[in-house]
Amino acid sequence: MSAYVRSALAIYRKDVMIEARTRETLSGVFMFALVVAFIFKFTFDPAPQVVALIGPGMVWVAYVFAGIVGMNRTFVLERDRGTLEALLLAPVPREAIYLGKLLGAFTIMIVVEAAMLPVFVVLHDLSFLSLPFAVTAVLATLGMAAVGTLFSAIAVHTRARELLLPVLFLPVALPVIIAAVSATSLLLDGGGWGDIDLWLRLMLAFDIAFLVLSSWAFEFVLEE
Amino acid sequence: MQETPPAAAAGPAMAIAVSGLSKTFGTTRALIDVDLRVAWGQTLAVLGHNGAGKSTLLRVIASLARPDAGTVVVGGFDRAKDAARLRSIVGYVGHQPLLYDDLTAGENLAFYARLYGVADARARIGQVLEDVGGSAWADRRVRGLSNGMQKRLAIARALLHRPSVLLLDEPETGLDVSGLAMLDRLVRGVSDGGAAVVMTTHGMERGLALADQIVVLAEGRVALAGRSTDVTPADVRAIVTRQSEVAP
Repeated sequence: MSAYVRSALAIYRKDVMIEARTRETLSGVFMFALVVAFIFKFTFDPAPQVVALIGPGMVWVAYVFAGIVGMNRTFVLERDRGTLEALLLAPVPREAIYLGKLLGAFTIMIVVEAAMLPVFVVLHDLSFLSLPFAVTAVLATLGMAAVGTLFSAIAVHTRARELLLPVLFLPVALPVIIAAVSATSLLLDGGGWGDIDLWLRLMLAFDIAFLVLSSWAFEFVLEE
Repeated sequence: MQETPPAAAAGPAMAIAVSGLSKTFGTTRALIDVDLRVAWGQTLAVLGHNGAGKSTLLRVIASLARPDAGTVVVGGFDRAKDAARLRSIVGYVGHQPLLYDDLTAGENLAFYARLYGVADARARIGQVLEDVGGSAWADRRVRGLSNGMQKRLAIARALLHRPSVLLLDEPETGLDVSGLAMLDRLVRGVSDGGAAVVMTTHGMERGLALADQIVVLAEGRVALAGRSTDVTPADVRAIVTRQSEVAP
C-alpha cells in the first residue's frame, strides 16, 4: 500500500473511531436534518401534489444544510486541540490529509442521508429508495464533500468560520446541488437511468474536477 | 538510549543549518537574520525572554511556518525544497500535546506510527511508553490524563519514529520532578545516540546543564551564542532581564 493511501486511510480510520465514540458530529448533523424536515412539514404542510413538486428540493435543502453543519466540524476539532499541526508535521502528502478528511465528511453525510430516508417517507410520503437515487446521492455527496472539505480548511483559520463556510461553499456547489435536485425530481416522476444520465455525468465531471482541484489547492490552504 | 539515526549516520556534517532566517507576523518581526548550526549528537538550548522568537524558530525549523527570508537545512534536506523528507526525520514537542482526547494513549501513538510508517509499531509504541513512564496508562483515554501525563505522551509521540532531530519547545512545562528527570535522561539518550536536539527553555540552569551549545535570542536576534561551558547563567540573565524590561 502506498504511503499516500496508508496515510489517508489512517486519518479516515482515526476520524471514524473518534466519531463512533463521541457521536458529536453525527448526532448534530442528523438532528439538524430532522429539524429541517419537520419545519417543512409543519410550516407548509404541503398537499401530496405539492410534495411531488417541491419534495426533491426539500430533501436536498435538508441534506445540504446538514452537510454544511457537519463539514464545519471537519477541521474544528483538529484546530482546537492543535492536532492539525501534528498532521502537518507528519511526512505525508497534503493530498492524503485532504483525502482522509474528505472520506470522513463523506461518510457522515451519507450515513445521515440514509438515516433521513424513513423520515421523509413518514413525514412527506416521499420514497426514494432505489439504486438510481443511491448513485445520485453518492455522486452529489462526494462533490459536496470535495468542495466542503477544502473550504472547511480555509474557514477554520478564520474567526467567522461558521459564516464563511456556507458563503464559500454554496455558490461553488450549486451545479452539483441543481443536478441532484433535478435527478431526484425525474426519479420521483417515475424516470430511470436514461432520464437522469445527463445529470449523473454532470455530477461525475464535477466530482473529478473538484477532487483534483481541491487536492492541489489544499497544500496552499494549510501553509501558515 | 536511542540508536544512531540514519540521517546522522549517512547525512551531512551538520544536523541543522539555519542561515539569515527572518520571519514577520504582521508588523511584528519575530526572527531577524538568525544564523545557527547544530552538529549531530549535540544539544542546543535556545533561551530568551517571552516573545524573543524561540517558539517561532522551532516552528520554522520543523516546517510548520514559512520563513520570509533565509534558509533552513535539516539533515541535509532544504525546508524550501524537500519539506516532506525534512519532516520525516524531525520529532517535535510544542506547547500543545498534539493528541486526540477521545483516543487512548496507545491509539494515539498507533495513529502517528501509521502516519510515519513506523515498521515495528507495536514494539516501538511499548518502548516509547516505557521510556516516558506511561506503560500503565496506555489504555486510558487522553481526556482522562493529567497535563503531566499528556506532556509525557507528547514526548513519546515525538520519539516514536526515531527522529534524527528532536525539537522541544519548553518541554519541562507540566512535568513534575520525576518527569523532569525522565526528560533529562531522554534528551541525553537521544543526543548520545547521534541525534541533534534543540530545546527552548526558561530554565537557565537546566538548559546550561543539558546543552552543549547555547543561543540567547532577544527581540528575534541572536544576542549571545556559544558553548554552554563558556556561558554563565549571569550572562544569560543579564540579556533576558534587560529585554524583559524593554519588551512591551
